[in-house]
Amino acid sequence: MAVIAEPVAAQVKRSSLWSRAFESRNFLGAMFMVPAIAILILFLAYPLALGFWLGMTDTKIGGVGRFIGFQNFVSLSKDSVFWLSVFNTLFYTVFASIVKFAIGLYLALLLNERLPFKSMMRAIVLLPFVVPTVLSAIAFWWIYDSQFSIISWVLIKAGLLTNYIDFLGDPWNARWSVVIANIWRGVPFVAITLLAGLQTISPSLYEAANLDGATNMQRFRHITLPMLSPIIAVVMTFSVLMTFTDFQLIYTITRGGPINATHLMATLSFQRAITGGNLGEGAAISNAMIPFLVAAILLSFFGLQRSRWQQGGRD
Amino acid sequence: MTTVEDQSVGMDYLESFPRKFLRVYLPLGLIIFFLLFPFYWMAVTTFKPDAEMYDYEKYNPFLIAHPTLEHIKKLFFETDYPLWMWNTVIVSVSSTFISLFASVCAAYAIERLRYKGSRYVGLAIFLGYLVPPSILFIPLAAIVFQLGLFDGNLALILTYPTFLIPFCTWLLMGYFRTIPYELEECALIDGATRLQILVKITLPLSLPGVISAGIFAFTLSWNEFIYALTFISSSENKTIPVGAITELVNGDVYHWGALMAAALTGSVPVVILYSFFVEYYVSAMTGAVKE
Repeated sequence: MAVIAEPVAAQVKRSSLWSRAFESRNFLGAMFMVPAIAILILFLAYPLALGFWLGMTDTKIGGVGRFIGFQNFVSLSKDSVFWLSVFNTLFYTVFASIVKFAIGLYLALLLNERLPFKSMMRAIVLLPFVVPTVLSAIAFWWIYDSQFSIISWVLIKAGLLTNYIDFLGDPWNARWSVVIANIWRGVPFVAITLLAGLQTISPSLYEAANLDGATNMQRFRHITLPMLSPIIAVVMTFSVLMTFTDFQLIYTITRGGPINATHLMATLSFQRAITGGNLGEGAAISNAMIPFLVAAILLSFFGLQRSRWQQGGRD
Repeated sequence: MTTVEDQSVGMDYLESFPRKFLRVYLPLGLIIFFLLFPFYWMAVTTFKPDAEMYDYEKYNPFLIAHPTLEHIKKLFFETDYPLWMWNTVIVSVSSTFISLFASVCAAYAIERLRYKGSRYVGLAIFLGYLVPPSILFIPLAAIVFQLGLFDGNLALILTYPTFLIPFCTWLLMGYFRTIPYELEECALIDGATRLQILVKITLPLSLPGVISAGIFAFTLSWNEFIYALTFISSSENKTIPVGAITELVNGDVYHWGALMAAALTGSVPVVILYSFFVEYYVSAMTGAVKE
């Protein structure tokens, strides 16, 4: 009896240890999280912290930096190119975001109408968002060419102009040109996401308003906008975030020129850190972007909170 | 996402065609023209011989008199373009699969195992989604260099998941939430392990979510630019976007034909993939924002 019972008891004990570990949610949960957490800590959290540190050192590429406190920020605050890049970034973000929102909302409303080939049109509208930004930016670069711009050619043929426009050679022309390229690239995202929001609004609300004799404008103002406002908050936060930290469009079309007129904070930090080799100074410019990003994230957080109670959920 | 099918006739019949044309079709047509024109211009330039490209007086710039494959031939046989294409495919596919694997596990753990603190981890991962690559690339460059990954595909395969995992996890959490608990409880009673439940019940039921996340992650890594620009230096290791912008421009001589050919052929694969999975793509894009 005892001879047989012993291994059975041992087996029970072993399996219970295993099963206890694998039935414990905390242990299992930790195991399941390992791949994601390992990658995110090593390549997201650690670099984020390292970025703060680098911003306070005078690290050069291939060298070890010294801690110099806030000296990078002090020298940046006297650097007119840095302030120009801050101005450009704000200009770029404000104008591109406002127009993207206006055209995006308008396009979403148009696509929400009764239309033939609706799903095909939606697929076409999203193309600028799908195609690699750099590759479409190359096409804009060619469209903005100083000698062979198709826009200039058409305007001259139409008799509206006599000379070719110097799109990328003049500071203000260049700023507006990259803003337009950014709008082109960002409108589909805003439009398609808002369209998804529009489709969740119950048609019975509009019918009720119709019966009460509401005009188109009143229905838009008192049904569409309030119902859409939570998703507008989130979409615009994302859009502002993407525009504020944009790099690809500027790097492709102007590389920050002419005479730094289109440098954004991201492209300037690339130029100082990678092209110029001053990792510390570049990191300080990146860090200067963080307060703006935090503001945008808080906005998004409160937007989300609002959406929950508006849809009748709990907090 | 619940799409409300509009069954009502509404007041549409009151609107005459000319009025609807002015109110809907005309503005819609103008916006779509604005959105599509760069692609048209890209395609026209790709197939246009140099003689026509720089002579607007003799030839109408909107049309091609003598279409040619010269620029595409030049791109494929005289540059490293095939290598860039190969690198882009390898990097996009690998980083997508790594991210999907890590995200499925993480999303399942957060949503279904609900271990201690899972809500905070979920929130932290969402915040990771909001950290843009343009503030991470400088410290990441230092790390990539220290790890000896500089100038190799592995540098990109390991860093792309930093923006893919938060996105995929957040999206998949939403899908897993829609699967009834009862299904899992039945399986638990039948003696299934958690891994079996994930593979045999949760994953098949959330397949649309996994496909959406995969398609979106693939296009995001195909389009990535700043990391590839920073971490790769030799031409044969570059991806398409970086190669096109750094290698096809010699000083002041722009080979517009070859550049446009690179832009067109580099866009075609993602556009084809996208056209097959439009619905998944849209649900990924709108789902991540609406959650």
